[in-house]
Amino acid sequence: MQELEYDIVIIGGGPAGLSAAYSAYENGARSILIIERDFELGGILQQCIHNGFGLHHFKEELTGPGYAQRCIELIANKPEIVTMVDTMVLDISTEKKIIAVSPKEGLMKITGKTIILTMGCRERTRGAIRIPGERPAGIFTAGAAQRMVNMVGYLPGQKIVILGSGDIGLIMARRMSLEGCKVQAVLEICPFSNGLTRNIVQCLQDYEIPLLLAHTITEIHGKDRLTGITVSKVDENMRPIAGTEFDIECDTLLLSVGLIPENELSRGLHLKMHPLTNGPIVNQRRTTSLPGIYAAGNVVHVHDLVDFVSDEAEIAGKFAALEVQGKVCDALRRTEVKTGEGIRTCVPQILDIPAEGEAVRLFMRVGAPERKVKLEILSDGQVILNKLLPVAKPSEMIAVDISAEKTKLMGCELTVRLSRGV
Amino acid sequence: MNFIKNVDVVVVGGGITGTAILRELSKYSLKCILVEKEPDLALGTTKANSAIIHSGFDAPFGSQKALTNVRGNRLYHELQGQLGLDIKWLGSLVVAVNDEEMETLKDLLVRGIKNGVKNLEILDKEATLAKEPNLKKDIKGALWAPSAGVCWPFDIALSFARCAVQNGAEVLTNCTVNKILTEGDKVLGVDTSMGSIKAKYVINAAGLSADKIAATAGDNSFTIHPRKGEYILFDKTASEFLVKGIVFPTPTKTSKGILICTTVHGNTFIGPNAHDQEDKDNKATTSMGMEEIIASSRNLIENVPLGAAITEFSGLRAVSNTGDFIIQEGTVKGLIHAAGIQSPGLSAAPAIAEEVVELIRTLETGLLLKRNFKAIVAKRKVFSELKIDEQSKLCSENTLYGRIVCRCETVTEGEIVDAIHETCGAKTLDGVKRRTRAGMGRCQGGFCGPKVTQILARELGIPVTEVLKEGSASKMFFAKKEAGEETK
Repeated sequence: MQELEYDIVIIGGGPAGLSAAYSAYENGARSILIIERDFELGGILQQCIHNGFGLHHFKEELTGPGYAQRCIELIANKPEIVTMVDTMVLDISTEKKIIAVSPKEGLMKITGKTIILTMGCRERTRGAIRIPGERPAGIFTAGAAQRMVNMVGYLPGQKIVILGSGDIGLIMARRMSLEGCKVQAVLEICPFSNGLTRNIVQCLQDYEIPLLLAHTITEIHGKDRLTGITVSKVDENMRPIAGTEFDIECDTLLLSVGLIPENELSRGLHLKMHPLTNGPIVNQRRTTSLPGIYAAGNVVHVHDLVDFVSDEAEIAGKFAALEVQGKVCDALRRTEVKTGEGIRTCVPQILDIPAEGEAVRLFMRVGAPERKVKLEILSDGQVILNKLLPVAKPSEMIAVDISAEKTKLMGCELTVRLSRGV
Repeated sequence: MNFIKNVDVVVVGGGITGTAILRELSKYSLKCILVEKEPDLALGTTKANSAIIHSGFDAPFGSQKALTNVRGNRLYHELQGQLGLDIKWLGSLVVAVNDEEMETLKDLLVRGIKNGVKNLEILDKEATLAKEPNLKKDIKGALWAPSAGVCWPFDIALSFARCAVQNGAEVLTNCTVNKILTEGDKVLGVDTSMGSIKAKYVINAAGLSADKIAATAGDNSFTIHPRKGEYILFDKTASEFLVKGIVFPTPTKTSKGILICTTVHGNTFIGPNAHDQEDKDNKATTSMGMEEIIASSRNLIENVPLGAAITEFSGLRAVSNTGDFIIQEGTVKGLIHAAGIQSPGLSAAPAIAEEVVELIRTLETGLLLKRNFKAIVAKRKVFSELKIDEQSKLCSENTLYGRIVCRCETVTEGEIVDAIHETCGAKTLDGVKRRTRAGMGRCQGGFCGPKVTQILARELGIPVTEVLKEGSASKMFFAKKEAGEETK
């Protein structure tokens, strides 16, 4: 069995892992390993063949594979960055010893001085949302169908209904239409869409696909292959309203009902997890509750833009690199970030600020759609920063920068909240 | 009449009962064949149930259910080693929440002792909570039955069949029995979708269809009706909030109750409810049913982690009009019924098989036990259960064991290829899932489904568009359309 050692081992070769590796290298690390379980680097971007990626991070519009290629090129031709594909991590111990396996190398024991977790996320399934009815073929998560259509070259079916108006669902509505399939409807249980506005316009309206808000599936029909679904309106508590049922004929149901950070390895390490992000609790350097173990990207909290995934992973890569070089400034003070009125989640949840301060970017999501609100950041009860938001949606992450200067003055508790009626 | 085969015994139905009988028959110098209408074994009641090997206190004293359950439980202890079965003898609790229920437990204890169940014990509240700390703190006590266990019913049926095949029996899937053939007052064989098979004995282990099969021979001595039971299965991460073993509520006159139970693979489920229906095919889950089992589970556990549910399913029990198992020769000579095998049928199957074979021995004098019966069945390799150096060795022998296809359950490509090519191997996506657990985890095949589809296509030598989920019309993927092609 091979035994290997690296300064930084990155678990997952998607945009987060690649960006973390690039940033670690740029910040002086010279012994970096990326472990990827798929056949190639790039992660889910490789199946996202539509455009709209990279406007923030690369300042130009790219396709998913295009964005992935940029990230891959940034780490290419650097012998200090080793990549292993078709390789699965089976276990990580708290001593940062990793067991991984691949067909080529067999079982390996890999030790990392630091580890960066960038495993991404997975899709919620039918079972998680308990859609009643039969269990025929023809029910796929939108991402699984996307991979089959875009990378393997097969269609999941002909007559499609999509449940959930998250971005993957919207993108797949357009994709299936372009493949000559009939998309009957997109159903959304919330009274608002959970996708980006540009996707509602470009993927549904442009193709005249009906979006039924406040509707859900109450029964699935079909013994062998899906034959149709029963749909009901839902009330304000998202409970189906009796008497509103109607049937839609379809042979395929694509589910876009949420993403769950892929944290099996994190749980194995007993990292402190956040109940609402479903990811590890991290500080502004993306250090988890275990020293030397970092996490970034969708494994920490689900992002809507890959650009922010890269930004966040670069932070983790930078501080992992500084740690292995012994260049990290010790924190003077720990500040806890609390979510107040209107804010559902905020990452990082902890700020470990050194004496000279450290610039911090907070990523937040609101709990429900809002208009004309003021985002306020309070340190020990005093407003230190506010920002007017004309519109705030749960589907669009809000990023706020706090300067190093301001962090120097912060107390033990930082609260982010919305103030309405402004 | 032309016969495609001429055998001593035809077993109709490849569920736990039929396969146990086939294995028992294969110990004797008899030519045996099992016919199953579905594309795989154990797709009926055996596929979707609570997967418990009961101790045997529940059934009325003297009933077939009680006799075969207690004996079956003992036989599984022997079979476990021979067939490499995954059974965990966790013991079961019947929990009482009030004084009246505590009285019922005493009745169950007395009945259990009469039935021959060993080591039954009534536990007080503290002892019960020590076993299951997540139970509500206001429970009163429980009946503890240490001889109960959890198992993997599909794998048991498959192992029975594989054992029978290695001892000369034959298994035909996708083979539907149209009619039992008779000559005078005796069976002559069966007419199937593949042709007629001549046989001296026909064993009716057709589950929900057993009454229909019997009727084709003019035997209308019993009826079978379906009783649906629905389940919610949870991710392994939910187990710490639920139970460590098998927890029943105290039974009522009509129901054994909705249980909270771990599986042999470390998941937890709640269910089943029990609703009679007419349709023998309808296995749809219902929102009413889900609500019913959730509400019931909350009687025993405060916080049921519904967010960690990974799938819901239902199974149909084959309930006979007699209320007991029907293990007897029918109105036609040579036709032997093993019918109405509802709970505790899984627990009883090896004992039912013994009884059926005993019936044949009384009818067929001079039956000889084979000297060279091979009781040991080679166990399939399970990568995730191996020690690290064994995993390493396996990877170096065959690189396919180094590729993890199902991430949730850590299933390798090597195991999937094995499952396709083994005796009674998988032909469908669900067939692979049931044998290897690829797709049984928290992502429910989201990642591995397309990959397993491609592996099936490669190994079976068929196009991806011909790979089935399960039934003959359950295609997974379709070819892309040419430019300008219309949507149907």
